[in-house]
Amino acid sequence: MPSPALARLRRRIAALEGVGGDGHGPVMPLGLPGFEGIGTGALHEISPAALACDHDGAALGFSAALLGGLVRLMGKPALWLAEGGLPHAPALAGFGLGPERLVVGIAGQPKANLWALEEAARSPALAAVLGEVRGMDFTAARRLHLAARGSGVTVLLLNRAAAAIAPAQTRWRVNGLAGADDRWRLGLLRCRGRSPDERGVVGEWEVEWDGTARRLGLVASTGHRPAVPDAARVA
Amino acid sequence: MAANGPAQTHGLRPGMPLAQAMALAPDAVVAPHDPDTDRRLLDVLAERCGLYSPWTATEGACGLWLDVAGCGHLFGGETDLLDQLSGKLKSLGLTNRAALAPTPGAAWAWARFGDPAAPILEEMDQLAPLPLAALRLSPRMVGDLAALGLRRIGELLDLPRPQVSLRFGRDVLWRLDQALGVEPEPISSIRPVAPHRVHMAFVEPMSRVEDIAEALRRLLAELCNRLIQDGLGARRLDFTLFRVDGTLCRVEIGTGAPSHDPGHLFRLFRDRLADIRPGFGIEAVRLDAVATQAQTAEQSDLDGPAGGGDLPHLLDSLSNRLGPRRLMRLLPHPSHIPERCVRRRPPGAPTTVGEWPAGRYPIRLLAHPDPIDAMAPIPDAPPLRFRWQGRLHQVVRADGPERIAPEWWHEDAEERDYYRVEDTQGLRFWLYRQGHYGQPEPPRWYLHGVFP
Repeated sequence: MPSPALARLRRRIAALEGVGGDGHGPVMPLGLPGFEGIGTGALHEISPAALACDHDGAALGFSAALLGGLVRLMGKPALWLAEGGLPHAPALAGFGLGPERLVVGIAGQPKANLWALEEAARSPALAAVLGEVRGMDFTAARRLHLAARGSGVTVLLLNRAAAAIAPAQTRWRVNGLAGADDRWRLGLLRCRGRSPDERGVVGEWEVEWDGTARRLGLVASTGHRPAVPDAARVA
Repeated sequence: MAANGPAQTHGLRPGMPLAQAMALAPDAVVAPHDPDTDRRLLDVLAERCGLYSPWTATEGACGLWLDVAGCGHLFGGETDLLDQLSGKLKSLGLTNRAALAPTPGAAWAWARFGDPAAPILEEMDQLAPLPLAALRLSPRMVGDLAALGLRRIGELLDLPRPQVSLRFGRDVLWRLDQALGVEPEPISSIRPVAPHRVHMAFVEPMSRVEDIAEALRRLLAELCNRLIQDGLGARRLDFTLFRVDGTLCRVEIGTGAPSHDPGHLFRLFRDRLADIRPGFGIEAVRLDAVATQAQTAEQSDLDGPAGGGDLPHLLDSLSNRLGPRRLMRLLPHPSHIPERCVRRRPPGAPTTVGEWPAGRYPIRLLAHPDPIDAMAPIPDAPPLRFRWQGRLHQVVRADGPERIAPEWWHEDAEERDYYRVEDTQGLRFWLYRQGHYGQPEPPRWYLHGVFP
């Protein structure tokens, strides 16, 4: 059982590092038991289960769901910097990302993309920016993280490389889930302040996107498997 | 018939009948007059002269205008500029005469009737001894004036102005005033020349990016002041750098909404400055507002830092950095063909937003449908399994067919039967079949997209 003093210290460290939802900007809850929510003004990484560009429907869907949620939460538009083909706009509209709320960019040279991501992450005019990338070195990711922290813009990186992006606050693995449309198996592989269990995950959920209510819901039959007891969560 | 210099030394004269000319000089090369080709050549020459001045235009059938104000120093002085220009044309095999004067009218006169040894007209007085034809008057008018004893420009100048106008009509006075610069003469350049232009020449050639950036900063401040006075904002700016060796390079930026904020415009240029290769050094720089637009008070509010309203600025930065047409909004387009239902528009706020018809859409639509090997048990049924990119997918759930007919004006296009299928891994695909079973040609299957 952590003492109050230790909890305070943790909060201070977290505040210095710019992680967690501790007064650093609103948190977007996802309705996942055992997970507080996506911290805004931070870096989050989404990793498709299949790295091939054309197999990543589930990861694209989850990314769009997060981005649409952030747009609604912050009341500002978002940027999607696409690589390997644009996302299909009619589907995006179903995630709350109609043309009035989303600007789409086509990635060019890697250097220009990094620049564009950072420029967008720095701009308080945006709610969030999603970048499709193939890995990112520590320095670039750190710069992006700092930019996001300064502006409150949430940065989502859809990473098609196997190597994780170090400074990300959360890292998600997204699999398709058979049985119905828009069903995914989410694996939270990393979450600042939480340690993964013996299977290497912090939490795992089977979810379904509710296009009418525009939110995620748990797939009824399976329930959730929180890997860490609630008491150990970051406050 | 026309005749060039060497031909005229044989006694040939323009306007002479061809038979007479052939008798005088049987070896002469005769070419039919081709005004269209001449015209095109003159246009090409005008473009080429852009090296000497950004402002070039053609004049009549065989003349070129160049506004070389502020360009002379790039070529070691105006005399050298004329020498280089004339020499260049000569090297292309073109007889030419070049002259420089304070007004287009005077330059026209001096190039044709002036002293070839002194191609620069220094004083307007020098025009006085020139014949009246130098004023671009019609041959008939020149004849009429000659009949009255007027042959030289000076003689016309000595007459009281009202009398000239009264006796010979407005044209004579008008052409005289144009030559003297009393009357402005607007000539349009082949390249549009920005009305808002600022430039700066350096005593010493520069090659450091910091110095160039500083020069740009000053030019932007000056340009923006002028734009503000005129109630305008820039939409497109050209920054031209003149190298010591006479070549130039240009950096262009565009904005999504008019702007006269030097800081914002400088940021758009900033990341492009690194691409500039100064060569042996930059001698002069010029900034042109190529496109401007009225900027209302409401729009200029966007320039302010307050309220997170700097989205237009961000979009400008991103557009300029990512490259043209790489930043956009995706708008509905009225077509039921999947690959045609999205329209790419510039990223500024969309003016019209429709909606796509309700339905399930793939989150990724392949630019080109991918042919797949599919096994369907019976006609009009979804496939049981299919192979795509070397991987076998076992179909566990399927929905369809949804028939999408081609647009009627695409006559040879075939209708497609679409199926939504899900494999054992929970991957969801959009497949379609073209053609039917039982026909001589077996049906073909394609994968067109993936669902979330």
